[in-house]
Amino acid sequence: MFAQSSLNVRNKRVESLFRTLFLLMTILLIIPVVIILGTLVAKGGGSLSIDFLFTDPTNGMTAGGIFPALLGTILIVVVALIASVPLGVAAAIYLNEYAGDNWFTRLIQLAIINLAGVPSIVHALFGVGAFVLFFGFGTSILAASLTLAIMTLPVVIVSTRESLRSVPQAFREACWNMGATRWQTIRRVVLPNAVSGILTGIILEVSRTAGETAPIMFTGAAFFLPFLPQSVFDQTMALSLHLFVVSTQVPGVPEGLPYGVALVLIGLVLLMNSISIAFRMYLRGKKKW
Amino acid sequence: MSSTKPVESMAAEFDRRNFDWYVDKFVQIIVFIAGISAIIFIIGIFVFITAEGLGFVLDDFSFKEFFLSPFWEPSDEDAPEYGILALIAGTASVTGLAMIVAIPFSLGAAVFIGEFASGKTRETLKVLVELLAAIPSVVWGFIGLSIMNPLIIELFDVPVGLNVLNAGIILGLMAAPIMTSIAEDALKAVPDRYREAAEALGATRWQVIFKTVLPAAKNGLLGAVLLGVGRGFGETMAVLMATGHAVNIPSSLFDPVRALTATIAAELGETAVGSQHYQALFTIGIFLFLITFVINLTADLIVRGIRKG
Repeated sequence: MFAQSSLNVRNKRVESLFRTLFLLMTILLIIPVVIILGTLVAKGGGSLSIDFLFTDPTNGMTAGGIFPALLGTILIVVVALIASVPLGVAAAIYLNEYAGDNWFTRLIQLAIINLAGVPSIVHALFGVGAFVLFFGFGTSILAASLTLAIMTLPVVIVSTRESLRSVPQAFREACWNMGATRWQTIRRVVLPNAVSGILTGIILEVSRTAGETAPIMFTGAAFFLPFLPQSVFDQTMALSLHLFVVSTQVPGVPEGLPYGVALVLIGLVLLMNSISIAFRMYLRGKKKW
Repeated sequence: MSSTKPVESMAAEFDRRNFDWYVDKFVQIIVFIAGISAIIFIIGIFVFITAEGLGFVLDDFSFKEFFLSPFWEPSDEDAPEYGILALIAGTASVTGLAMIVAIPFSLGAAVFIGEFASGKTRETLKVLVELLAAIPSVVWGFIGLSIMNPLIIELFDVPVGLNVLNAGIILGLMAAPIMTSIAEDALKAVPDRYREAAEALGATRWQVIFKTVLPAAKNGLLGAVLLGVGRGFGETMAVLMATGHAVNIPSSLFDPVRALTATIAAELGETAVGSQHYQALFTIGIFLFLITFVINLTADLIVRGIRKG
């Protein structure tokens, strides 16, 4: 063993000092959020019940449950997925299986990054200009869902591409050597091997779509509706907008109610995210190649 | 019959254009269209918001008034005024404070997760950060309204707690997890042989980080910060609910302000389609689109810069 020089000791001290400092920063980043979530649960937990989830709001939204908003959020998410999943998966297939490494592909990637970076309120303006007015859908579930579908398209493309990329190239080459066409290879070999990764991305998209508020405010979500939507051309209530409305627009709301709504919304989003993360870890664990 | 086949039928045998071939070509066209859809949408967004805002830009737009007047008074019937200076000041002050809050913590957390933590700790922290990033902005706004607001009133003895400080902290907490994951990716992109070389020269862990890893990841970290700025600029619901929503050029942390995004969100529902006010809101939208476009483009160019070099 070498003798511990004073320089050595000093270095060790400095290192442990920095380690502690960075650990502290990480903890400080997480602690406020834990406190906030704890407060949400403490104040909103009391108003949660099965009734709260499955009854209509009453007395000008100052009492009752959140059923129409919950149902509306589910409808908006489902329609948005129907639009964005096939498009996003196809786009990812193009980028990973067909596109070469050239300026045109770079341009597409740049567009995807920008699509993810455009402010949500600008997506809302686009939704109003394009779907509500130009295509004449009016303020409807369809307009709101299409706006959200375009906004969350990058999530599907990026995660699908990631899982396509993880399928080894040798699988494709083996299939081509059997005389299969590109599409046969993608359909029979690439997609079956990537499908669980794609699913993970879709679940992540569900969580993103369910939480958004600004893009649906003017395209299809209503403050309050006395009836449930009958078709995709009707307006609907939505959980995220409902939280905004009961916490800012309606006077005389009992304190626990908005906390309850916030708790349901955050619960829904975090549940979807956790499923997605757990699924991803499970897949990583059982990967064969 | 002779044993040699006519040339045409030989060609037919080598002709691969059967049903599968046509399906393959068809699919190729479909996925190509899907592939360029992102470009179509970006152009579409610009075209549609410009189309709606164009009337204002052409007829009533005065560069001086729009960017330099601090008065946003669209509902004044005699002389409505559309100046976004105060709104820019609102957005900038909130985003600026958010970055002061978020940059040290997110970079520190990224260094800890990427360079110090290992195994289970690392995985757990990464999952936590990912979950934090998923909390919807309207929930953050609600937190600003119902938890931060009374807290600020009590701590600083001010009459209203919806102000730059509140929105800045909320936005900082929102942006930090996203910046942490991007910064951590940037650290991960530094090849291990850099670290090994530094360690072989006798450098301690923190020397490796400060003298080798951080300089090598500089651009990626800058990109993470820029994306955080873009995020702060574009955030809508949280700043709508936590800023106090008063048109005001702030002189202290406790002044209420109003952001560009929040103005659109609050007023679009009340304007008639095609009115001057409506078009002015779309013009703010064009401005926001262009600003975030430039920020994202710059961040992307900076990050790509190191990947190549």
